[in-house]
Amino acid sequence: MTVMEKLVATDQPLLRVDGLTKRYGPRIGCADVTFDLYPGEVLGIVGESGSGKSTLLSCLAGHQRADLGRISYDGRDVLAMSETERRRLSRTDWAYVHQNPRDGLRMGVSAGGNVGERLMAVGARHYGQIRGKAVDWLGRVEIAVDRVDDRPSAFSGGMQQRLQIARNLVTGPRLVFMDEPTGGLDVSVQARLLDLLRGLVRDLGLSVIIVTHDLAVVRLLAHRLMVMKSGRVVEQGLTDQVLDDPQHAYTQLLVSSVLQA
Amino acid sequence: MIRIESLSKSFTLHNQGSAVIPVMAGASLTVAPGECVGLTGQSGAGKSTLMRMVYGNYLTAGGRLIVGDLDVATAEPRQIIALRRHTLGYVSQFLRVVPRVPTLDVVAEPLLALGTPAEDARDRAASLLRRLNIPERLWSLSPTTFSGGEQQRVNIARGFAHTYPALLLDEPTASLDAANREVVLTLIEEAKARGAAILGIFHDEGARARVCDRLVDVTGFTPRLAA
Repeated sequence: MTVMEKLVATDQPLLRVDGLTKRYGPRIGCADVTFDLYPGEVLGIVGESGSGKSTLLSCLAGHQRADLGRISYDGRDVLAMSETERRRLSRTDWAYVHQNPRDGLRMGVSAGGNVGERLMAVGARHYGQIRGKAVDWLGRVEIAVDRVDDRPSAFSGGMQQRLQIARNLVTGPRLVFMDEPTGGLDVSVQARLLDLLRGLVRDLGLSVIIVTHDLAVVRLLAHRLMVMKSGRVVEQGLTDQVLDDPQHAYTQLLVSSVLQA
Repeated sequence: MIRIESLSKSFTLHNQGSAVIPVMAGASLTVAPGECVGLTGQSGAGKSTLMRMVYGNYLTAGGRLIVGDLDVATAEPRQIIALRRHTLGYVSQFLRVVPRVPTLDVVAEPLLALGTPAEDARDRAASLLRRLNIPERLWSLSPTTFSGGEQQRVNIARGFAHTYPALLLDEPTASLDAANREVVLTLIEEAKARGAAILGIFHDEGARARVCDRLVDVTGFTPRLAA
């Protein structure tokens, strides 16, 4: 059975989010967010700055604590977990790709070390195997083997982002959170990264939640789309359907405001 | 294979005075396995809108829209994703791909998404590209830089890579020369022979006469303006 067939065979959501709410004092961060995410699915979250999409992502990833609601991962209640359990989850099953690679990399450590460190954190001890796996992953994200001992500070922005992805995926996570992963990159570099991400999602059967303000990125990457405004989800559905036949006034405005290249 | 019953559709333009524009009412048709049904009607009559609704790209306001055993009108997004992956192919007039991806992979992608081994998927892609006369030296390049006719043929190769039981074709012969038009018509005939249900838009009257078993004029589905 291939990865895809296995995925089709599993009919249980990997992640269930129900009524998730986060307030900052009297202000709403995000309110009453509900969705399911299945294995192999990419969910895009779009909305303008301040719409609550980043708050939602950080509550999901456990960087912030939600005030209300439930998050269930693979049948386990995430908000009821102990801090140790949750940390173990974010080191093994989960990954988080930051917009700025500097937030997700250790800039003083070599590229190979950045990837190998993650393996050691989950118990790998054999140096040869760690290095072998690190080199393999650098290859997958198209970083030449002769750069393995260079520090990320010597890399271009696009390479740093690909290194961050390798560091995140080396431990074989099932759920990846991405915050504007293509933001701040040249369009040519963006295309290369999109191609890479699509291949990884397909071949590894990853589930991904990607926050972005770039509608072209979600069209090419996300299966489903959620549109947020003022902390609430105003519309969700199949990505191309939401973009081509938007139902909510805000989504219509968002879609019609995109400049055509 | 495809059964449409009293389908309706309207667009509500919230940012233009909430104007409601009814675009379709009472649309009904069926396409049996092995049959090709052509949609006719003037530009703006709703041919593409109907095709987009069948594909789940546009939402429906009312009615039933059965493809295989799924009602697309009420299906969950993930059911439509699975339908598009396994059952329902779509050759649109425009190629929309990630820039930089080689043509061979663009064509192989529907098979890779189904879990077909990469080598088999690329073999199938290569044979389609060869049949459609895309020179082999272009296969490693992204189709985004190709001419309109070449892009159209890449799009067709991609649409025929997997043997979908149902297929939507939007002007598949539009910008093709005689030789390539013949290849596409043969591909359509082969798909029919293996039992695919095809719904298509063909402005090319010769093509329409050759592959379509029946024609449906969508003008009959245009809502009457209120008197």
